[in-house]
Amino acid sequence: MDSYQQILFKLKKYWSDRGCIIQEPYDVEVGAGTMCPETFLRVLGPKPYRVAYVQPSRRPADGRYGENPNRLYKHQQLQVILKPAPADVIDQYLGSLEAVGIDLRKHDIKFEEDNWESPTLGAWGIGWQVMLDGLEITQFTYFQQCGGIDLELAPSELTYGLERLSAFLQNRESVYDIEWTPGVRYADVRFADERQFSVYNFEMADIGTLWELFALHEKECQRLIDLFPDYEQKQRFPVLAAYDHVLKCSHLFNLLDSRGAISVTERVGVIGRVRKLAVGTAQLWAAQEAA
Amino acid sequence: MPGPNFLLEIGVEEIPDWMIQPALDHLRKAFSKLLEDNRLKGKVEWIDATPRRLVLAASGLPKAQKDSVETVSGPPKSAGEGAAQGFARKLGVTVDQLETLSTPKGEYFSFRKKLTGRATAQILSDALPALILSIPWPKTMYWSGKASARFIRPIRWVVALLGSKVVPFEVAGVVSSNVSSGHRRFGKAKVKVSIRKYEEALRANGVLVHAAKRRTRILDGIASLLEGKNLDVKPDPALLETLTYLTEWPTPILGSFDAAYLSLPSEVLVTVMRHHQKYFSLASADGSLAPNFIAVMNVPADPEGLVVAGNERVLRARFNDARFFWESDQKRKMSDRVDSLASVTFQAKLGSYLDKTNRVVELVKQLGGSGQAQRAALLAKCDLTTDMVKEFTDLQGIVGGLYLRAQGESEETAAAVYDHYKPLSMEDTVPGSASGLLLSLADKLDTLRECFRIGMIPSGSRDPFALRRAAQGVVKILLEGKLDIALRPLLGGDAGLEEFFLDRIRYYFREIRGFAYDEVNAVLAAGWDPLPGAESRLLAIRALRPTENFEPLAASFKRISNILQQAAFETGLPYSHDLLEPGPEADLCAAFEGLRVQVASLRSSGDDAGALARIASLRPAVDLFFDKILVNSPDPNVRRNRLALLASLLTEFSSIADFSEIVTS
Repeated sequence: MDSYQQILFKLKKYWSDRGCIIQEPYDVEVGAGTMCPETFLRVLGPKPYRVAYVQPSRRPADGRYGENPNRLYKHQQLQVILKPAPADVIDQYLGSLEAVGIDLRKHDIKFEEDNWESPTLGAWGIGWQVMLDGLEITQFTYFQQCGGIDLELAPSELTYGLERLSAFLQNRESVYDIEWTPGVRYADVRFADERQFSVYNFEMADIGTLWELFALHEKECQRLIDLFPDYEQKQRFPVLAAYDHVLKCSHLFNLLDSRGAISVTERVGVIGRVRKLAVGTAQLWAAQEAA
Repeated sequence: MPGPNFLLEIGVEEIPDWMIQPALDHLRKAFSKLLEDNRLKGKVEWIDATPRRLVLAASGLPKAQKDSVETVSGPPKSAGEGAAQGFARKLGVTVDQLETLSTPKGEYFSFRKKLTGRATAQILSDALPALILSIPWPKTMYWSGKASARFIRPIRWVVALLGSKVVPFEVAGVVSSNVSSGHRRFGKAKVKVSIRKYEEALRANGVLVHAAKRRTRILDGIASLLEGKNLDVKPDPALLETLTYLTEWPTPILGSFDAAYLSLPSEVLVTVMRHHQKYFSLASADGSLAPNFIAVMNVPADPEGLVVAGNERVLRARFNDARFFWESDQKRKMSDRVDSLASVTFQAKLGSYLDKTNRVVELVKQLGGSGQAQRAALLAKCDLTTDMVKEFTDLQGIVGGLYLRAQGESEETAAAVYDHYKPLSMEDTVPGSASGLLLSLADKLDTLRECFRIGMIPSGSRDPFALRRAAQGVVKILLEGKLDIALRPLLGGDAGLEEFFLDRIRYYFREIRGFAYDEVNAVLAAGWDPLPGAESRLLAIRALRPTENFEPLAASFKRISNILQQAAFETGLPYSHDLLEPGPEADLCAAFEGLRVQVASLRSSGDDAGALARIASLRPAVDLFFDKILVNSPDPNVRRNRLALLASLLTEFSSIADFSEIVTS
């Protein structure tokens, strides 16, 4: 039986062998691997790109204090971007499952319609959830639009739910029982942050502070966006720094949401504010690429 | 039988199951039209599909179009030799090859141009790419760059054969060939096919092309799994269709779960199995839910039981989730959740579910709902804040009802909340309790009134808030729940909303209840509110229509109505007995006045059929009147009196139906 980290090594090796850059996780909080600049920005524009990385993804509202065997505040995704999508992308994907030891002649794979959309990012795509013996193990998406921009090369995005896949491979009922490496359980590594962040996100985060932080990051991001048109040396312009502030805003929005601090009337407005920044930054990035 | 001589297979990455049938229907029509437009014989033999291929087979296609002749007409003969030469030159012929065409306008030079029929293969090569891309899909994508072709999912191969030859073309970057593709895991990636051996070749590569064969394989498989097991599968045609079009080689398997989960409500268990896992649920001999399920794989077998074990583990995790939600949701009672509805959006412009709750409570009160009904209205939406409903949204209402029951609310209140989304479709039943009917009615009316108020009115296929279904639900509840509540006063004087309801009412009576078009028009024209009264009058007409007096009387009423219209006669004027002519006119008046009292008393006791039968008995008197009496008497007073009599008669009896709407043979 492969340990959790051996499964990761094999998947990374598999995609490395297929021309992917192996990136490390992005160091700003994100709700999904899609939000990392390696995906959100790199899918824009005409340059081919292939990348794979593991991304810890934080969803404050999904926290369960470590008490639910299948729900996590922070789970790990393996994110693979193939831009443009090769014609045999599905076969390559199926090959990755075999690479981690799934004999597809003995298991049942189905591709069930599941389109992806993120109003906050002005992004959407068409695709499937991939079901392995009734378990959703991957989200497969052909990106069509990001930051409100139609994508020149339609990339494919593969997002593996690593805890689920590993629980399947190790035949574990609870993600906390996954063997991370021999002698170390997932719970040994992650239980404390599941519990503590649930307490923080649901009970203790100071709402006033979160709103202040949101406003500060929003202001700084917008300031940068506004500076771009008159900035002469476009290639030097810190679009990536502006985007970090978008991610901060997005995460703060999720925190405020899990804290129950966003009223109905506010909600649409706040999503709109984050979207404005995301779209604005995507446009700068595209302009910078074209310059 | 010669069999098909044309085959088209469009190889696509997995198409969403529910989109396949409409796509096939379009493909059949478009291909038949292609043949017709090109004067080609032949017909579509069959169309079919798996998730990865749309297939069309046609027979009787000729090698080429028939040769034909086209007459080109040129300048008039009067234009002379020079014009003829010019015309001939343009056509590349000589003047002696021209003929004369006689028309009513004179004689013209003309030429009979022989057209050699184009080869069928050529026609198909030219037309098929556009035909394939013309298939309409609910949502399309591009996959080789922004300006490239759009389809439901990427096209990966195309087989196009006319006889034994490939029809050559390129669509979306794919070149047609005679090479298909087998099952992703149990077939070869490249499978050479011929028309005659197409199905056979695919079968040998793990694909059952025909949906009917896959459906049968699922049903037979289930039957043999359950043989001698005392388990019954709940028929679920929609799920069967989904699974048929989600697989290329379906095989059912039987799994089980720990009977301890049966302590969770069966509604929750069935939803998890049906909607989340696409499993058939099973019933034990006594009809109760059995701790088993049937899943359908897309592979031929599960020799080591790995797939069963995997599905069982997934289901266990799902049920554990549900149990976790059930237990943690109970920590906060439904009645403590009302305030939290302030942070659940009903609709961006319409505020929160707390606002909606307050409105619905008021409306239930206004409709005369009991204390328990009002309590139900207050608590109805609280389950939207529970983890169970956030996870299993289909169970909204049901979960609320179950929680209220578990938390000691009255059965009337719990049942009302449980049922308050009903009816979910035209086939669904209405809520079973008095409070449930009122709550469901108020909830739907509120949604309709509010959406219309801010101009969110359905148009064409756009109906994001499912307002048609809501209005249809209101109609169904009023009628099938036998609620004698006037609808119009509840619509707040919104003419658009009234018209919207009238459409739904017509639809209900015609399509669901099968009343004739003209009967519905006649009854609704005489008034439709409250609805149970309109229904009773419709039933009366349906009962009386086949009797001998009905249609002739309807024809006479129409005649009266026309006479009054032509005379521009103002209704409501009294007639005088003194001016009546003895004989048929006085007799009609006496018959009418005798009936009027009886009809009124029958109607007030709710016997619309009896009342209508009495009205129909007036027919001989009416016939005799029109036979013997001239309405347009030379004496203006007599004429006016006659019109007044007819008008009284028409008005009196038109409250059942506007008979002039009845189409008589």
